[in-house]
Amino acid sequence: MNLLEIKDLQASVDGKAVLKGLNLTIKPGEVHAIMGPNGSGKSTLSKIIAGHPAYEVTSGSVNYEVNFKMKDLLEMEPDERAKEGVFLAFQYPIEVPGVSNEAFLRTSFNAISKHQGAEEMSEEAFKKFVRKKMELVSMDEKFMDRAVNTGFSGGEKKRNEILQMAVLSPRLAILDETDSGLDIDALRIVADGVNKLKSKDNAILLITHYQRLLDYIVPDYVHVLAGGKIIETGDKSLALKLEDKGYDWLLQ
Amino acid sequence: MSENKFTSSGTEIDTSYKYGFVTDIETDTVPRGLNEDIIRLISSKKNEPEWMLEYRLKAYRHWLTMEEPTWANVTYPKIDFQDIVYFSAPKKKTEGPKSMDDLDPELVKTFERLGIPLSEQKRISGVAVDVVFDSVSIGTTHQKDLEKVGVIFCSISEALHTHPEMVKKYLGTVVPYTDNYYAALNAAVFTDGSFVYIPKGVRCPIDLSTYFRINASETGQFERTLIVADEGSFVNYLEGCTAPQRDENQLHAAVVELVTLDDAEIKYSTVQNWYTGDKEGRGGIYNFVTKRGKCQGKRSKISWTQVESGSSITWKYPSCILLGEESQGAFYSVALTHDRMQADTGTKMIHIGKNTKSTIISKGISTGHSKNTYRGQVKIMPSAAGARNYSQCDSMLVGDKCNATTVPYIEVKNETAILEHEATTSRISEDQLFYLKSRGLDSEAAISMLVNGFCKDVFKQLPLEFSVEAVKLIEMKLENSVG
Repeated sequence: MNLLEIKDLQASVDGKAVLKGLNLTIKPGEVHAIMGPNGSGKSTLSKIIAGHPAYEVTSGSVNYEVNFKMKDLLEMEPDERAKEGVFLAFQYPIEVPGVSNEAFLRTSFNAISKHQGAEEMSEEAFKKFVRKKMELVSMDEKFMDRAVNTGFSGGEKKRNEILQMAVLSPRLAILDETDSGLDIDALRIVADGVNKLKSKDNAILLITHYQRLLDYIVPDYVHVLAGGKIIETGDKSLALKLEDKGYDWLLQ
Repeated sequence: MSENKFTSSGTEIDTSYKYGFVTDIETDTVPRGLNEDIIRLISSKKNEPEWMLEYRLKAYRHWLTMEEPTWANVTYPKIDFQDIVYFSAPKKKTEGPKSMDDLDPELVKTFERLGIPLSEQKRISGVAVDVVFDSVSIGTTHQKDLEKVGVIFCSISEALHTHPEMVKKYLGTVVPYTDNYYAALNAAVFTDGSFVYIPKGVRCPIDLSTYFRINASETGQFERTLIVADEGSFVNYLEGCTAPQRDENQLHAAVVELVTLDDAEIKYSTVQNWYTGDKEGRGGIYNFVTKRGKCQGKRSKISWTQVESGSSITWKYPSCILLGEESQGAFYSVALTHDRMQADTGTKMIHIGKNTKSTIISKGISTGHSKNTYRGQVKIMPSAAGARNYSQCDSMLVGDKCNATTVPYIEVKNETAILEHEATTSRISEDQLFYLKSRGLDSEAAISMLVNGFCKDVFKQLPLEFSVEAVKLIEMKLENSVG
């Protein structure tokens, strides 16, 4: 059964059409990468899947599997999508002053657990749980007491997104340019973290400009998004070809 | 003099304000209106010393010469001061010395509903409470324990009998009756309030607290609180207040005076939750309050922490006069307005002594159609060499029909002073909300998390239990005002 089915998706932001008939199907256990020139609609796609209110879907459908049934994702509030396992690692993670990272993560984790019928975790138990997850992305414990993303460096913010992913264990994780702005060591840490979170039950959608991320997280499919549509799909070798030749040969 | 029995005004209680109920109790009230005879009557009911009556009359005569202030950023119909009842007290069942265990069971029940158990067995162990119901204090807990360390904590009426010299020495020295219109009115007609004296070198072993409850209709509450911290002493003082939900506006015009001698410290915290009026702005308390502390001694400290979440109109500027060298004043405030509420609140820091320091952190949150103004003054006198002030005033808007204004006044007459001022106005951004929602928080939880984060620097100044209470209160208010 498919996890995500996007059919003929057309969407605009501020009245400007950005997606012009996009099709994409993702199954559990798969890793998909979307590449494409600037302004092709990559981030728009990620925001629409997560439910950002500024993006308007003008046509098409986005369906997502919930309890073995395909549900209209566009009908769900962003928090309902999160509770059903949709996760977006933000390209520019938002600062939340005055709220500690730990309190934020715990509230988030408990809101989602509760929805899925699991017990809420106590403060103590959560501390232990989160400590393990922090090892995955080599984050220091001191980040738990700091306000969410406030005063974090670019790399720290990105790692914090992956930590959230590790804590919330989503079924569909979208990583929106998580690799941009990371140095090679940080990139390796983040990629290792993501690889450890990969399983046959969840899927990952990577949005990236650079082939180098795909050296670490190997995709099953590589799609090229240009002009609001997917114009080419291939395997990992397509990314290497793009690295070598750029996009021009596809846009001709 | 009339003695009548009030009953509930029959208003449907709005469930969003759980303190909106009325206690049905026999009262002893004075006739409506204000004149010298009423003041004499109030004074005689309280069996006051002659000097106190003289003081009241002087204040009243001065008040008659004054104009109601109009500079605050609030609008309301003119108050008819002759249409207010200036004294209302629950009738005593027995004459003679009062004990908490002889209280009218109706009163005990009322305060239990408000979360303030009064009986010997049930009362809260870590906090001593003075309970003011309409115009009088009906009792103070833990008095005996406090006496052992020399701390005096009683109603100001009682203090006028037991420690008249002390009241006389300090009353009106921080807020003279000439100070402002409502301070003059309060000096003329104040009915009760708390008196605290912490002796030299004593760290008050438990927190002290006064709980104010307005119950009777058409009655104003005019309380007066005086706290004196002698050399090297420390006290944590908490104030809470609620009132029934009524269609008419009621006036609450209090005066609070704090004095710290050398090396003494007073931490004064308020959670103000007077009835705010309904969604259209009918009813609610006019909260016109003068609060001021004088850091008289060297290295003494006064801090005001307030969570202002109630009243239809708030007009309140808890201030510090920094007289003693190296004394420190602080003001931490969260003011939340919703529906048609109007708040004009802030502080004054008057630096007189050398190397005095002050800190101002103000967080205003406006929702609905409300108006929220921060008004603050920092004044550095020529004598205040090396004075320092840090001010931070942040406003947050929720929705697009509300209003936030920041009015800082800065006056520096000594060039060695260092002042820093930061101000921000923000709207809860769509991106912030989306971020939190995309992590599974619904709108309400997301907004309350953002607001709590915004207020954190103030909440952390509150004593732990009060802080938990404040967070809950703000969350409840937001639930009702953010759809």
